[in-house]
Amino acid sequence: MNAPQVLQEALRALSTNRLRTSLTMLGVIIGVSAVVIMMGVGRGAQALVNQSISSMGSNLLVVFPGSQTSGGVRFGAGAAQTLTLSDAAAARSISGVIRVAPIVMRSFQLGYGNTNWSAMVTGVTAEYFPTRSWEPEEGDLFSEADLRSNARIAVIGQTTARQLFGDEDPIGKTMRVRNLPFTVIGVLARKGQSLDGRDQDDAVFIPLTTARQQLIRSTFPGSINLLFVQVASAEQMLTAEAELTDLLRARHRIAPGQENDFTVRNLTAIAQTAAVAAGAMAILLGSIAGVSLLVGGIGIMNIMLVSVTERTREIGIRMAIGARQRDILRQFLIEAITICLAGGAVGVALGISGAWLIASLSGLLVEISVSSIALAFGFSAAIGIFFGWYPAAKASRLRPVEALRIE
Amino acid sequence: MPQSLIRLIDIHKQYETAGAPPVPVLHGVSLEIASGEFVCLMGQSGSGKSTLMNILGCLDSPTRGEYVLAGQQVSGLAPDALAVIRNRQLGFVFQGFNLLKRMSAIDNVALPMIYAGEGRAQALQRAQEKLRLTGLADLAQRLPNQLSGGQQQRVAIARALVMNPSVLLADEPTGNLDTATSEEIMGLIQRLNRDQSITVVLVTHEPDIARFGQRLIRLKDGRVIFDGPIAQGLGERVVAA
Repeated sequence: MNAPQVLQEALRALSTNRLRTSLTMLGVIIGVSAVVIMMGVGRGAQALVNQSISSMGSNLLVVFPGSQTSGGVRFGAGAAQTLTLSDAAAARSISGVIRVAPIVMRSFQLGYGNTNWSAMVTGVTAEYFPTRSWEPEEGDLFSEADLRSNARIAVIGQTTARQLFGDEDPIGKTMRVRNLPFTVIGVLARKGQSLDGRDQDDAVFIPLTTARQQLIRSTFPGSINLLFVQVASAEQMLTAEAELTDLLRARHRIAPGQENDFTVRNLTAIAQTAAVAAGAMAILLGSIAGVSLLVGGIGIMNIMLVSVTERTREIGIRMAIGARQRDILRQFLIEAITICLAGGAVGVALGISGAWLIASLSGLLVEISVSSIALAFGFSAAIGIFFGWYPAAKASRLRPVEALRIE
Repeated sequence: MPQSLIRLIDIHKQYETAGAPPVPVLHGVSLEIASGEFVCLMGQSGSGKSTLMNILGCLDSPTRGEYVLAGQQVSGLAPDALAVIRNRQLGFVFQGFNLLKRMSAIDNVALPMIYAGEGRAQALQRAQEKLRLTGLADLAQRLPNQLSGGQQQRVAIARALVMNPSVLLADEPTGNLDTATSEEIMGLIQRLNRDQSITVVLVTHEPDIARFGQRLIRLKDGRVIFDGPIAQGLGERVVAA
């Protein structure tokens, strides 16, 4: 008996008891769609974290200026202007450090023609962009020469470009920051959300020198808002973090036992924790869904056993006219697999639409990959074989004379 | 003397049930059936005729003894080897017709060929041929429940013949049919035996049905008590009664 004939037989048998077949299938449908949805949600969360991690730049330490106590009142982190350009220069001497990017920033009103928009304006050095592994999509980034000449030029993010320039090409246009004209020389590639959910593409970058002298004048000479320190490898992160802390304590003359007036954050460690958590969640969701698929499989075994009992006489007749054990085995196995694959197909369709619904209702990132669909399908075929085997084997081992005797 | 198609040598059969002594059913049955014979198997219920039929049909295996079918040693073969013998050498006709109710007549007839690995087109062609032989060519597409009892039995006979077997085994083929239809079916079997030289072994308890055959084997308590021409065997029964 060849494959199409076996399949035709299976469909004929399954269609004689439609209600039972569809109820059996329902177990698989629920299981498979649960797997597809759960894996989609889990992978979406993982993808979001990975995207945020890669958008941050690799192996970064971030130094915030620390809290300040004034007359018993404690201000939050960043309140004190304790971090300076010379701290940044000193950080270069730490072993393993490959880039140092000091930053000053403040929010300003921007203008172009009749349009205005408010965004964070950040003064950076040329090293900032490679530190964050940020490439221009159009135009250029600024050079050391631009920094030396205090050029009034700007590199802007995608959101800012859209809000301020609309459909126009911003390159070469002059925008206003507060009331100073800046020429846009580049638009950065899209970076998306940061780990804390901010839109990283709503940003204006100008040379640090220009910012310090013309826009963000500080009462403390040389003070900066933030310092990015990039380390050569992940293995060197912990020692670099410790050395940087020691260096800054020494430079700020903090006595032993006294609190730091700055904070060093290891972004890689935070990101890794988030990635591990997201991975664990994906596994958890997947296994919950897997359990429901398992329950569906047991339902199939149940029904197939009933079906074998009911069709004992049919099996006897088939054996009498020459069906071998493997013919009977194959017949019942194909029936089980057909239920599973049909249920799997419906389940995948339902799962995809369910995932889409969840994504649009909750705003979660849901990622359905071809591999998760293939996995769900493969898994349902495997369930069919696994749970169909026992009833099919039982059918094939019936003795013909006994099978024929059953009414 | 034609060469014997079926040879049974000292066949014993007993049924084993857990926790009870074994129940003997056949006590050393030996017989030979030649190619082209029409043999009727008679006996009261419990005489072992059904068990003998099941052994002849390779549906059951003897506890002891030898069974040679068309020169091949059959006793002791594995289940799948027996399935192949049932498929190629034997054709079954049952009292309850035993057609698969979801399939059309022609699909039922073609099924043994499908199990033999033939292509569907060839199987259907041969099935149609056999349905014509049993006089049912026009109803080939009907489902079994759309056919009368006699018609269903004709489909079953066509199915039994589709692999051109050596032996047609009929177990009370007219048991569920009225007298007129029984006569028709027996006429068909007789014609097949006469014109196509198909060997027939038929179990019945009705003398009127047995009269269509040539040779009678009568069983009692698991032993052959008569083996001879039909007329003589039936006559003896009448005398005994």
